[in-house]
Amino acid sequence: MTTPNPATPSGQIPEGPERDGLDPEVIPQEIKGLSQNAIVRKRFIGNTPAVISIVVFVLIALLAFSSIGFLGVPGWWHYSYEEFSTQINGGHPTFTNLFNWGDHPFGQDRIGRDYFAMTMRGTQQSIIIMFVIGAVGGFIGVVVGALSGYFRGWIEAVLMRIVDIIIIIPLLILAAVLGRIAGAHVSGNMATIMLGLFIGVIIWTGLSRLVRGEFLSLREREFVDAAHIAGASNTRIMFKHILPNAVGVIIVNVTLLMSSAILLETALSFLGLGVRPPDVSLGSLISDNQEAFSTRPWLFWFPGLFIVAICLSINFIGDGLRDAFDPRQKKFNAKKAKDRGVHGSAVKDSVSAAAIAERTDGPSGRPDAGGTPREDPPSRG
Amino acid sequence: MVTYIIRRLVTAVLILLGASFVVYQLTAAAGDPLQDLRESNAPNKEQLIQQRVALLDLGTPPPLRYFKWLGGAAQCVVPFVGKCDLGLAINGEPVVNALGRAMGQTILLITAATILAIVIGIALGIITALRQYSTLDYSVTFMAFLFFSLPIFWIAVLLKEFGAIGFNDFLRNPVFSPTSVIITAICMGIVVVLFMGGTLVQRAIGFAIGAAVTAGLMVALSVTGWFRAPGLGPILIVVFGLGVAYLATQLTAGIKNRKALYSALIMVPLGLIAYYVLNPFFAHVTGWAILALAAVTILVGCAVGWLMGGFDRGQSMRAAALSAFFIGGLVMLDRFMVEWPNYFNNGRIRGRPIATIGSSTPNLEGNWWIHNLDNFTHLLLPTIALLLVSLASYSRYSRASMLEIMQMDYIRTARAKGLPERTVVMRHAFRNALIPLATLVAFDIGGLIGGAVITERVFAFTGMGNLFVASLLPIPDPNPVMGVFLITGLLALVFNLIADLAYSVLDPRVRVKA
Repeated sequence: MTTPNPATPSGQIPEGPERDGLDPEVIPQEIKGLSQNAIVRKRFIGNTPAVISIVVFVLIALLAFSSIGFLGVPGWWHYSYEEFSTQINGGHPTFTNLFNWGDHPFGQDRIGRDYFAMTMRGTQQSIIIMFVIGAVGGFIGVVVGALSGYFRGWIEAVLMRIVDIIIIIPLLILAAVLGRIAGAHVSGNMATIMLGLFIGVIIWTGLSRLVRGEFLSLREREFVDAAHIAGASNTRIMFKHILPNAVGVIIVNVTLLMSSAILLETALSFLGLGVRPPDVSLGSLISDNQEAFSTRPWLFWFPGLFIVAICLSINFIGDGLRDAFDPRQKKFNAKKAKDRGVHGSAVKDSVSAAAIAERTDGPSGRPDAGGTPREDPPSRG
Repeated sequence: MVTYIIRRLVTAVLILLGASFVVYQLTAAAGDPLQDLRESNAPNKEQLIQQRVALLDLGTPPPLRYFKWLGGAAQCVVPFVGKCDLGLAINGEPVVNALGRAMGQTILLITAATILAIVIGIALGIITALRQYSTLDYSVTFMAFLFFSLPIFWIAVLLKEFGAIGFNDFLRNPVFSPTSVIITAICMGIVVVLFMGGTLVQRAIGFAIGAAVTAGLMVALSVTGWFRAPGLGPILIVVFGLGVAYLATQLTAGIKNRKALYSALIMVPLGLIAYYVLNPFFAHVTGWAILALAAVTILVGCAVGWLMGGFDRGQSMRAAALSAFFIGGLVMLDRFMVEWPNYFNNGRIRGRPIATIGSSTPNLEGNWWIHNLDNFTHLLLPTIALLLVSLASYSRYSRASMLEIMQMDYIRTARAKGLPERTVVMRHAFRNALIPLATLVAFDIGGLIGGAVITERVFAFTGMGNLFVASLLPIPDPNPVMGVFLITGLLALVFNLIADLAYSVLDPRVRVKA
């Protein structure tokens, strides 16, 4: 590495000649002659944890949406999350094995509601909110980042100051105010979507900075000049020429945004600021039942396990996507690397790519671990 | 540089003004401050409403009220006035007082967790980077992802259940069952194998030794009833002290540097002498005396290292000071353990020491040691919870940073000129790997003062986060909210600036835009 490359914890990918993709002479045999998309797909499928995670996530989503039904479509589960029934056996879970679920596989809560249905409802909420936040936050973040990175000047100054202001406003206040407005007017699935919308409206700031950084470096490239000379409009250059080149950064960070969105939603619901009763969310289920841990521990375990499973699988998917989109990443073979030597220096080809790839895993938006995104690092030069 | 700082500060003030205006209006719009009174059946309802309107100046519309508040808040930044008016909370208490109290609690809560998370996280990251793609690396990576995906309120409740209630039940009859001894021994054996590496035979031996030591230790602790009356005693202090001295020397100078090793080893008998000499004095000690003792300990270590001389005095001094500090810690630890039965049998504790709520036992009587033990038992669980969730990002970042450094040209140069691997890792790589982490640390500290809202909530700490949520729900109360926001916003901006400046100071290749 000839250029000094100070690491940037905020998750910016280092600029420099290496960003420009592979040197034609060192293209590995396995990706020769494949299109960019095919390479990404191939790499992603080669990543076992990520593929397992996708399968797990799809299974969870299928279970949640098909079991208790959604949007008026009835599901195959014979209880709903609002329905009371008599308590059987003190509400203990009846789940014995995968083929013998019993009447209440996850047990019943204090007042006899079926806990499987409630957990599924909470999972639905989390997944809906996650995707709404991903879509809204991703859209705003990309547009703001693209505009400020492409036009620079006063547009950049104004937009980035807005970002600065939004970043330091505590999320809890916005959630409390907006949640109040949402809760007063709508209910059910609409309230959930509104909550996702509101969180999405305030959570895009970190992403917009990353996209801006990406646009700042891409707009200086030759293909942009070529498009200018060919007479393309600014909009066309921005969205048809530059954006496809930045799509890796965007997809990866939207995925990570979504994983932090799940934790954020459950945390807000835990505090009573998110999904409101009578509707349930995984966070509010834990919050309601934390006192009953010694008498009804299952009320506590199941929602928590579902949060962890969803969040973990999204994190692994994001990690897999990041590795897949990194142009310098070579397919890694643990055995080969070990044969080459014990020390990190001996496996330097794969090290370099992995190290830089890891730069982008910005833990953003974690409600409790000091996760406010930081300002840009000082520039080099 | 100066222009850059001034420009950043001016921008920061403007951002803070804009954001505070938005926050004030949002909080004011979040709900009706008279709601509880309007719904009450008190006979003097009208009068109560009048009182609160006068107290919180509700007659003025929120946009104007903000500027009144700003006028009061501006006095805080005027130097030498000593007057600071952040308005009154809904119960009539000045916000400044409430903030001061909450900040004390929050700092108490986060200090240990932050320091431990940084130290352990960086250590794990460095070790996994040095052994990239080993089983250890994969396990730590998986754990990092797992902790990163855990909701903190879930961890906190689990800790309360198993860490506090379970452990307190265990203390009633502190004897390990044979099953738990076997399971723990096997687990520890596996951990040892993960950390050591080597050939299959070496690993098997490591597993056997690790498991045997753990099992023996657990049985010994059960038989002697150690948990009821813990203590180290002079023998264990010497044994652990020798270990500390070797480890400190290995990390700072390398065992081959005999001068450093001997100066570190001299600390062990000195520590033993201190153990006997200080014991009578320890009965009525204060926090300041302990701090002074710690300073003296480090100075003694430095002095011994300097007197040992040699070609590199700095190395001996560092090794000796480090081991002196930790051996002093062992002596302190022993004293705390001596006090433990007194604390355990205290009338306020009644044999259930690990607390689940609050930051101290009310009306607890006892000396400095008892009170600190009390703080420790209260802080233990929230600290573990915070530690687990923040550990992950530190270990990931330090691993990435270390991996990048380890393949730099100057590392190859260092190896090529024949430096021992220890020097390459500790001097050339480790120090440079810390540079990007400095900004992360500065930034995290800024964010953490705002309080760990959920942790405080679960463990009933009355810190900043709790103050914030309590003032938002059920009745939104702008003044305390603004107080908390002012501090967190200010700290976030200041620490951002510090992070950027620290970067350019630590890494001369980085220059700030003038």
